[in-house]
Amino acid sequence: MRLYEFEAKQVIAKFGVPLPKRTMARTAEEAEAAATSIGGSVVLKSQVLSGGRMKAGGVLFAETPAEAKAAATTILALTINGLEPTGVLVEERRKVVQEYYAAVTWDGRAKSPLIIFSDMGGIDIEEVAEQHPEHLSRTHFSNLRPFSDYIAKVAVSSVGVTGNELGALTRIVSALARAFLQYDMTLAEINPIARLEDGTIIALDSHMDMEEEARGSQRALLTELAISDDETRQARPPTPFEIAGGQVDASDPRGVAGRVVEFDGNLGLIIGAGGGSLTLFDAVRAAGGRAANYCEIGGNPSVGKAAALTKLVLSKPGVEKIAVMMSVVSNTRADMMARGVVLGCIEAGKDPAETIAIFRVPGSWEEEAVKILQKYHVEYVDRTVSLFEAARRAVAKLGGS
Amino acid sequence: MSILVDENTTFIIQGITGREAVTMTRELLDYGSKVIGGVTPGRKGRDVHGVPVEDTVRAFTARERVDGAVVVVPPAFATDAIFEAIEAGIKLIVVVTERIPRRQVAQVVEYAKQEGVRIIGPNCLGVISPGRARMGGVGGALESTNRAFKPGSIGVMSRSGGMTVEISNALSVAGLGISTAVSIGGDAIIGSSYAELMPLFEADPQTKGIAIYSEPGGRMEAELADYMTAVNSRLPVVAFMAGRFMDEMPGMRFGHAGTIVEGRADTTAEKIARMNAAGISVADRIEDMPVILAERIAKGS
Amino acid sequence: MAMFIRVDIDEALQAETALHKRLVEVCPVDIFAVDGARLVTVEKNLDECTLCDLCIDASGDKVKVVKLYE
Repeated sequence: MRLYEFEAKQVIAKFGVPLPKRTMARTAEEAEAAATSIGGSVVLKSQVLSGGRMKAGGVLFAETPAEAKAAATTILALTINGLEPTGVLVEERRKVVQEYYAAVTWDGRAKSPLIIFSDMGGIDIEEVAEQHPEHLSRTHFSNLRPFSDYIAKVAVSSVGVTGNELGALTRIVSALARAFLQYDMTLAEINPIARLEDGTIIALDSHMDMEEEARGSQRALLTELAISDDETRQARPPTPFEIAGGQVDASDPRGVAGRVVEFDGNLGLIIGAGGGSLTLFDAVRAAGGRAANYCEIGGNPSVGKAAALTKLVLSKPGVEKIAVMMSVVSNTRADMMARGVVLGCIEAGKDPAETIAIFRVPGSWEEEAVKILQKYHVEYVDRTVSLFEAARRAVAKLGGS
Repeated sequence: MSILVDENTTFIIQGITGREAVTMTRELLDYGSKVIGGVTPGRKGRDVHGVPVEDTVRAFTARERVDGAVVVVPPAFATDAIFEAIEAGIKLIVVVTERIPRRQVAQVVEYAKQEGVRIIGPNCLGVISPGRARMGGVGGALESTNRAFKPGSIGVMSRSGGMTVEISNALSVAGLGISTAVSIGGDAIIGSSYAELMPLFEADPQTKGIAIYSEPGGRMEAELADYMTAVNSRLPVVAFMAGRFMDEMPGMRFGHAGTIVEGRADTTAEKIARMNAAGISVADRIEDMPVILAERIAKGS
Repeated sequence: MAMFIRVDIDEALQAETALHKRLVEVCPVDIFAVDGARLVTVEKNLDECTLCDLCIDASGDKVKVVKLYE
C-alpha cells in the first residue's frame, strides 16, 4: 500500500529526519496561504500515487503566493497516469549542492532487509546501478538483532562519504531503516536527500509502501495518517464493482471469494485459486475471450459467499455468461462451490444451465458437486479437461451470442 | 527415494484443533503419514482422530523423535509457533499459515538458517512424496490425492498450492508421475526457493526431471536460472509461467503477496527470457509440460 | 426453503432436551438452535451443511440430512 509523499514525510519526521518547511494544501487558496506563511520561493508538488510527477508537469515553482495559487490550480487539475491528485504539497525551495539516494527494502533472494545508498541521488537509481556501480552500496542487515546505527554508517561510508556528512547521512539512513522496520514497510525511500549551501542535510522527497498484510497491526499509524480501510492505494482507484467485491469477501470469514478486478468483457469469471486464477485469466485471453472480471477463490468459502460473488458478477452490465473454473482443489470443496454458483444464479433470476458456461472444479467432494450440477443441467468437466481447454470451451459458448 | 519426507518421517501439527487442521489430520492419517501429535495450548490431554494433543512442542520432543512440524496456527501466532518448534530441535517445518507479515517471516527464516532448520512456506500446502508420505494438506481428500499424485520421476515445485496439484495431476495423467512435489509458498520471502531445493532433487535418483510453476514478481526464477547456469545439472527443468496479462498492468497486485510487477525484472517476459537463456524450457500451457519433459528426458538433456 | 439440504428432526428427539445443546454445539455451521423447549433448524444455514454427519452421530440417528439434489 503506497503512501503519498506528504504521508511518507510525516512518518520519517517522527524519526527525526530533517525536512523542509511544508504544508499540505487541498485547494488553490490553501496553497496560496501556505506560500504566504512559508515565505519566499516555494515548490508545489502534486500528491499523486504515481512516479514521473516532474515529467508530467506535477511539480511547479512559485516566487509569490499569487504564483503559488496559479500553480496549485494547474496541478490540482492534472491527472497523472490516470490518477487524480489528492492535494498539493507546498514546500520552501532550497538551493541544493549535492544529492544522495537512500532506500530500505526487502531482498527476497537474500531473505533479509537491504539498505541501498548512493551519492548520486535525484536520478533513476537503476541507471546508477548499471552505469556507476561504485557510487551505489548495498548493505544487508540482520532482522533478528535490533537495528544498530553502524549498519547505516557502513552503507553511507561504502560509497566514500566521510567527514561531517557521514554523521548527518548516517542519522537519516538509520532513521529510515527504523521507520521501515517499525511500520512494516516493503519500501522506504528518500530521493533525493540534499546537502544545502550551508552544509545542512535534509530529505527532499520520500516514497513508502506499507505491506498490505500489516494494515491490521499498523492501525495506529493509519489512523494517525487518516487513511481509511477502503482506500486500496492500488495503481488505480477501485471501481464500485471492486468495492462491492471487497464487501462480499469481508461479509464472511470462511475462505476467500470477492477479491475482484474489473474488466469490460462479457464473460464473468468465478475462478481460483491464486495461481489457478492467473493461469485461467491468461487462458481466457489466449482463447480470444473477453473477461468481465478477475477474481480469486480459495480457502473453502461458504456457500453464501460463493453465491454472493456469483450474483455480483452477474449484476455487472454486459456479462452474458459465467465460467466457474479452478485448479484441482485440495481444501476448497467442489460441492460447496457448485451449491454457491447455482444458488447465486437462481437468486439473480437466471437459469444456471444457461448462465454457467462451464464448471471445472475437480478435487475434494467432486462426486457431490456432479450430482448438484446434473440436477440443474449445468455443463461440467473433470480434471481430464485442462484449464486451458476448459477456458476455450467457455469462450466458444459465447461465440454465437 | 524422495526428498524432504518419506514413510518414516514423524511429525506434529501445531494448531491441530482448528477447523481446517482437523480435516487435514484425517487426510494425513488416511495417507499413512506418521502424525504423532498435535499442539494447541490449553488442550493437553485431548485427541484429534486419535492423535494426542499437548500444550507444548517439547512435550513430544522430550519423549520421542520428531522429524517435522506442520504449522497451521493463525497468522498472529505463527512465528511464535515456528520459534518454539526450532527451539525444540525440529529440523523440518512446513508453514501453511498465510498472511504472516514479511518482517516476521524474515525473522524466523534467518533464525532457522542459523539453526540448520529447513522451512517450507509460509502460505503453502506442504510436501508430498506419492505412496510414501505427505506433510500438509496438498491434494486434499485421499481419493483425489491419489488421482493427482502417482509415484514417478518428476520433481514438482510451485509457488502456488493449487497449481502444485494441477501440474502434478497433468504429469500423473501423462504417465510420468511424481517423485516429490513441494508447494513452496507464494509469499515474497519464503523458507526454501526453487534454487535451494534443486540440490535435493539432484541427489535423488528417482527424480529425472523438474516441473515448476512460476508467476510475476520476485527474483526466484532469476536465482534458479543462475543455479542452472552455475551447476551442470543432470535434470531438465520445465516451467509454466502464469499471469502473462500482468505485464500490461504494473503496480496491480494479483494472487499471492509476492505477485506484483514493480520493475522490469518482475515481468513474465523478462523471466521467460532469463529462464530460456539458462536452458529452462517454458511451456505455454500446463498440458505441454509432460510432453516437453518426456522429450528432454529421452534426449538426456 | 433451502435449495440443497433439508434436515429432519425426529419428534422423539424433542423430549431429549439434554441432546439439544449437544447438537447446537456439534454442528460446524450452526444449523441447530433451541427455541423454547424445542430443537429447531436455522433456515439460512441449511445450505451451508458440510455433510459431516456429526449431528447424525450425536443424535443416535434421530436427525436426518436430506440432499434435495438427489
